Amino acid sequence: MKEDELFTPVTSEELEIKEYIRPGVGYWADAWRRLKKNKLAVVGLVMIILILALAIFGPIFSPYEYDQTELTNVYGKITLKHPFGTDELGRDVLTRVLYGARISLAVGFVASFINLIIGVFYGGISGFAGGRLDEIMMRIVDVIYGVPILLIVILLMVVLQPGLKNVFIALGIGYWVGMARIVRGQVLSLKEQEFTLAARALGASRWRTLVRHLIPNSIGPIVVTATLLIPNAIFFESFLSFIGLGVSAPMASWGVLASDGSRAFQSHPNLLFFPAIFISVTMLSFNFLGDGLRDALDPRLRK
Amino acid sequence: MKKFVLRRVIAMVITLWVIASLTFLLAKVIPGGPFTKEKALPPAVLRNIEAKYHLNDPLWKQYYDYIKNLLRGDLGPSFRYDALTVNDIIKKGFPVSAFLGTIALLISIGLGIPAGIISAYKQNFWQDNFVMFFSILGISIPNFILATLFMYFFSLKLHIFPTAGWGQVGNIVLPAVTLAAYPTAYIARLTRSSMLDVLNQDYIKTARSKGLSEYKVLVIHALKNALIPVVTYLGPLIAAVFTGSFVVERIFFIPGLGRYYVTSIYDRDYTVILGTTIFYAAFLIIANFVVDIVYAIIDPRITYGSGG
Repeated sequence: MKEDELFTPVTSEELEIKEYIRPGVGYWADAWRRLKKNKLAVVGLVMIILILALAIFGPIFSPYEYDQTELTNVYGKITLKHPFGTDELGRDVLTRVLYGARISLAVGFVASFINLIIGVFYGGISGFAGGRLDEIMMRIVDVIYGVPILLIVILLMVVLQPGLKNVFIALGIGYWVGMARIVRGQVLSLKEQEFTLAARALGASRWRTLVRHLIPNSIGPIVVTATLLIPNAIFFESFLSFIGLGVSAPMASWGVLASDGSRAFQSHPNLLFFPAIFISVTMLSFNFLGDGLRDALDPRLRK
Repeated sequence: MKKFVLRRVIAMVITLWVIASLTFLLAKVIPGGPFTKEKALPPAVLRNIEAKYHLNDPLWKQYYDYIKNLLRGDLGPSFRYDALTVNDIIKKGFPVSAFLGTIALLISIGLGIPAGIISAYKQNFWQDNFVMFFSILGISIPNFILATLFMYFFSLKLHIFPTAGWGQVGNIVLPAVTLAAYPTAYIARLTRSSMLDVLNQDYIKTARSKGLSEYKVLVIHALKNALIPVVTYLGPLIAAVFTGSFVVERIFFIPGLGRYYVTSIYDRDYTVILGTTIFYAAFLIIANFVVDIVYAIIDPRITYGSGG
C-alpha cells in the first residue's frame, strides 16, 4: 500500500458529516431536560397527575354518591366495602375524599389562574408604561401588600357568605400582588433590551410588544409563581373551611372533611387522617414541582 | 433616612385608613344587617337597637363617628354579648396570643437559622437532605392538621402532654411547636439559599485564604450578610404566627384572641369580627413597619431614596 493512499483529501460530503452540529434546544425542551434530572420534581409531577386522575375519574367509578347516607353504618370501620370507613352519617369517606379532590383542586387551579391573569396584566402594564402610571399602580400594590391578605379574605368570606364561588372570588382578588410585582420586575429589565427595540422599530404596537414579546419572555418566573400559588390556594381554602368559611355542606372540600374529621378524631382518627394525607401530599407535590421548576426555568442558573 | 421613615409612615397610615374604610363598607353591605337573627325581633325593639347604635344616622355621619372612635381606640361593642366590648375581648385574649406567639417565634428563629446554616454548609450531604426534607414537610402540612396529629400522638397515645387547656407549662409545648412548624421550615429554606449565595462570593474565598477558621468564616463573615433576607421575612413571619394561632388556639382550647376571633366568626358576631380584624391588621402593619425600619438600618446597601 502506498503512503498517499492512506492520506486522501476528504470530499465535501464527508466534510459536512465531520461538522458536529448540536441541534438547537428550545426553551421548554431545555427546561424539561433539567426538570427531569430533579427527582423530587418528577415525583411531584407524577403525584399531581395521579391525584388529578383520581379527582376526575375516581367519583365516576365509585359505587356511592358523596351525599349518600347509610344510617345503619355510622362511623363505619375500615372495610373492603368502605376502604376509608364511613362518617357520622354513614357516608363513604373514600368517595367524599375523591369528590373533595375535585373541589380542592378546582380551588387551587382557578384561584391561581385568576391571580395569574390579574397579576400578569397589572404588572406588565405597570412595568411597560413606566413613569407616572407605574408610580401610581405600584403605590396601590404597596398598600395592598401591607395588608394582611388573610384577614381581608376572611372579611370577604364573612360578607359574601361561605360557598365555592365566593372562595374563588376572595382568593382570586387577594393574591395577585406578588405575581404583579414579579412580572413588573421582569418587564422593567426586558424592555430595555434590544429585541424590544427591534420589535418597536418593526412597527409593533405597544400592546403587541407587551403581549407578544415582553410577557412571553417572562414566562419562567410566571410559571413558577403560578405553580406555587396552587398549594397556597388549597391551603387557604382548607384553612377557611376549618374556621367555618369555606364551601358549604353537603359539598365537601378536603378542608371541610378535615375540619369535620378533627371533631371526632379522638374516637375515629380515620375521618381526619385520610383528608389530611391528601391535602399534605398534594401540597407537598406542588411544592416539589414548583421548586424544581424554579431551578429549571431560572435563567441565572442556565449554563 | 428621615425621608424614608416619613414615606413609610405615610404609606402605613394610608394602609390603615384603607383597611378601616373597607371594613366599614363591608359592615354596611352584610346581608340583612348586623342585627338580623334567626328569630325576628319586634319592630319597636329593632328601632331601639338601631337608635342605640346610631344605625339611622346618615352614612357619612356613621363613617365619621366610626373613624373618630377608632382613633380613640374604641372598637365598639359586641352585638351578641351585651356586656362585652371588642376592647374587652382584645384585652383578655391578646396577651395570651402574644405570649404563645413569642415562644413560637423564638423556636422558629432559634431552630430555623442553625438548620439553614448546616444545610447550606453541608450542601447535598445527608445533613442538607435531612433538613430540607423536614422543611418541605413543615411547609406542606397545614397547621390545623399538624395540631390534631400532635394532639393525637403526644396527648392521647403517649400521654406526654395535656390535650388542651391553658395555664400549665405542658400546655404551651404542643401549640407552640405547631405554630412554629411553618415559620421554622421557611426560615431554614431562606437561610440556606441566602447562605449558599453568600458562600459563593469572593470575600468568603478571601476570608478562607487568610486562614481564618471555618467557624469564623461562617459565623462572622457569611452569616452577617446571609441573615439580611431572613430579617425581611420577620414581618410575614409575625403575620404567619398570629394568623396561625386562629386554628391552633381553637384546637388546643387556648383562651387567646385567635380563638375568640374564630368563635366570633362562627357566631357571626359582626362587630367583633370587624373590630378584631382591624386590630390584627393594625398590629401586623405596625410590626411590618418596624421590621422595614430595622432592615433599612442594618443593610448598608439600602438607599433611603425612592423604593422600587
